[in-house]
Amino acid sequence: MRPAEAIEKRGKFFARRLPRAGGGFLYRRLALWLTILQLSIQERIIYRGEFFLGALMRFLPIVTQILLWAAIFEAVGTVGRAEIQGYSYRQVVAYYLLTMISRAFSSMPGLASGIARDIRDGTIKKYLVQPVDLLGFLLLHRIAHKLVYYVMALGPFVLLFYLCQGFFDGWPAPEVMAAYVASLVLAFLLGFYLEATIGLIGFWFLEVSSLIFVFLLLSFFFSGHMFPLDMLPIPWREMVAVLPFQYLAYFPSAIFLGKVSGEDLWTGLAAQAIWTLVAFILARIVFRLGLRHYSGFGG
Amino acid sequence: MPTSAMIAIEAYGLTKHYRVYQKGEGLWASLRGLLRRRYRLIEAVCGIDLQVERGEFVAFLGPNGAGKTTTLKLLTGIITPTAGTARVLGHIPWRRENAYRRRFALVMGQKNQLWWDLPAADSFRLHQQIYGIERKQFERTRDELTALLGVRELLDRPVRELSLGERMKLELVAALLHRPEVLFLDEPTIGLDVVAQYNIQQFLKYYQEENRTTVILTSHYMKDVAALCRRVVVIVAGRIVYDGSLSGIVDRFSRYKVVTVVLGNGQPVPSLARFGELVSSQAPRVKIRVPRPQVTETIASILREHAVQDLSVEDPPLEEVIVEVFSQAACPQSTTRGEAPAENPATA
Repeated sequence: MRPAEAIEKRGKFFARRLPRAGGGFLYRRLALWLTILQLSIQERIIYRGEFFLGALMRFLPIVTQILLWAAIFEAVGTVGRAEIQGYSYRQVVAYYLLTMISRAFSSMPGLASGIARDIRDGTIKKYLVQPVDLLGFLLLHRIAHKLVYYVMALGPFVLLFYLCQGFFDGWPAPEVMAAYVASLVLAFLLGFYLEATIGLIGFWFLEVSSLIFVFLLLSFFFSGHMFPLDMLPIPWREMVAVLPFQYLAYFPSAIFLGKVSGEDLWTGLAAQAIWTLVAFILARIVFRLGLRHYSGFGG
Repeated sequence: MPTSAMIAIEAYGLTKHYRVYQKGEGLWASLRGLLRRRYRLIEAVCGIDLQVERGEFVAFLGPNGAGKTTTLKLLTGIITPTAGTARVLGHIPWRRENAYRRRFALVMGQKNQLWWDLPAADSFRLHQQIYGIERKQFERTRDELTALLGVRELLDRPVRELSLGERMKLELVAALLHRPEVLFLDEPTIGLDVVAQYNIQQFLKYYQEENRTTVILTSHYMKDVAALCRRVVVIVAGRIVYDGSLSGIVDRFSRYKVVTVVLGNGQPVPSLARFGELVSSQAPRVKIRVPRPQVTETIASILREHAVQDLSVEDPPLEEVIVEVFSQAACPQSTTRGEAPAENPATA
């Protein structure tokens, strides 16, 4: 089991202690992040088959949605002219297509349940023993997850939007486009920290799947995944306005469609950023309290 | 008395109690449990005092649920104690400072740290970054360790394709890349075949001797302990009942010696039974178990009354004694036995 040359070298080798790594703090951090990102990408690519299938499945509901709304508009009037709550048939379809993009950023399949599982089966101990931050690690892992997904889904998305270009009125202005992209990035971070928080509740309750279900249900209704939120009557719309969910799907799409503009756009973006910050702080607090509970309770 | 610079681990009155929710049986009890929860207190660790010097290789021995792993969790900072204090390398473990976490490693036989779907080489690279290991040093350490364990050619294969033994060896490499000053091993050879067990044992022995790393090992596998640790801490029901050398366990706990007598021709075998408990009797060889204080007297009587060809006195086998220690101490009433708590931990 010990090759001779290994034994020869061991004297020199074992005599020394490791010095700290070279480079500055920032450089080392960056190197760590890149490594996590790279490994996560490698890991995701192994399952590209499953991934590809998942990406394809996402396109199916949109077809049924388009057909459903076509029927609704048919019933109300003619598809060409009638408007429902300020949305024409074309705009509703465009909204759905854009919502798909929002969801591609803000949905976090398996994040909360994964955290809860790691807590339950003890994998979480790894992050307690090693000098590494769980939430930072998971964020990078998720970014990798998303990057791989975008690469996989890029082809189908381009094709779909090419086929459906008749539903759009062309590209928005550059500053609106920039706001749109910023809003998508914030939607990603908001979605991440909200779901991470749900998963971290697993520190107290071993089973969080029903909690995840409730969260996904709320998110489904109040994010605008099901219909444009400004179609809602006043009391509902007011409720939606004070919840963070609209920033996961509705808000980015509304920016792109020009439904929010001018000052509303910037205050909306600011609100989204504040919600993201709140979710970040919440996740951090829950994580800290959870660790305290976990290490006090039994590990 | 060792100076503080030589001490790697010290614990005083380390105690961990859990409250676990006690669920009754059946639907009715479950419903009632929703209203009023009943808890049971588990005293996993009750007042452990321990001092380990740098460079010691110590085994924690004890039956399942005795508190070995809980003690390990306390020392690695995974859990916080109910009472008592501990310092490892001068750090309070459960503060989980990065400065401490860079200086130790924990290997759990039943948990893997390596990425399941990726080659171990990738996980190693991540460890390099996490622990901030300079590249040349990292490569040298990795190459040395993989050569010693004979796993160099496994580095590029996805971990999930490897056998349990191969995986465990790579886990060890990953844990040692940052050259921890204290290494905690929780059942590192569990479930491995004899060859893998032996290889890992030999590696640990060699590595520890070369590096003088402080190692705490829990194992059910007595051969690990016998091969590696000069000092054994026996933990039963959350308490240290023995702290000393492995062979000392027999002196301390065994109340019997085994006397083997080979009788001369035609001697009646059963007559020996009155001297002690008959262990085996295959004429002309008879084994009896004799209480220690009566050994000399008994031998004298046997020699006086029988024609004896050969006679030997031995300690009972270590495993047997340990089983006895474990099972006796596991009964609550026997914890008050006179020989129980180790008030004066003797370092081997």
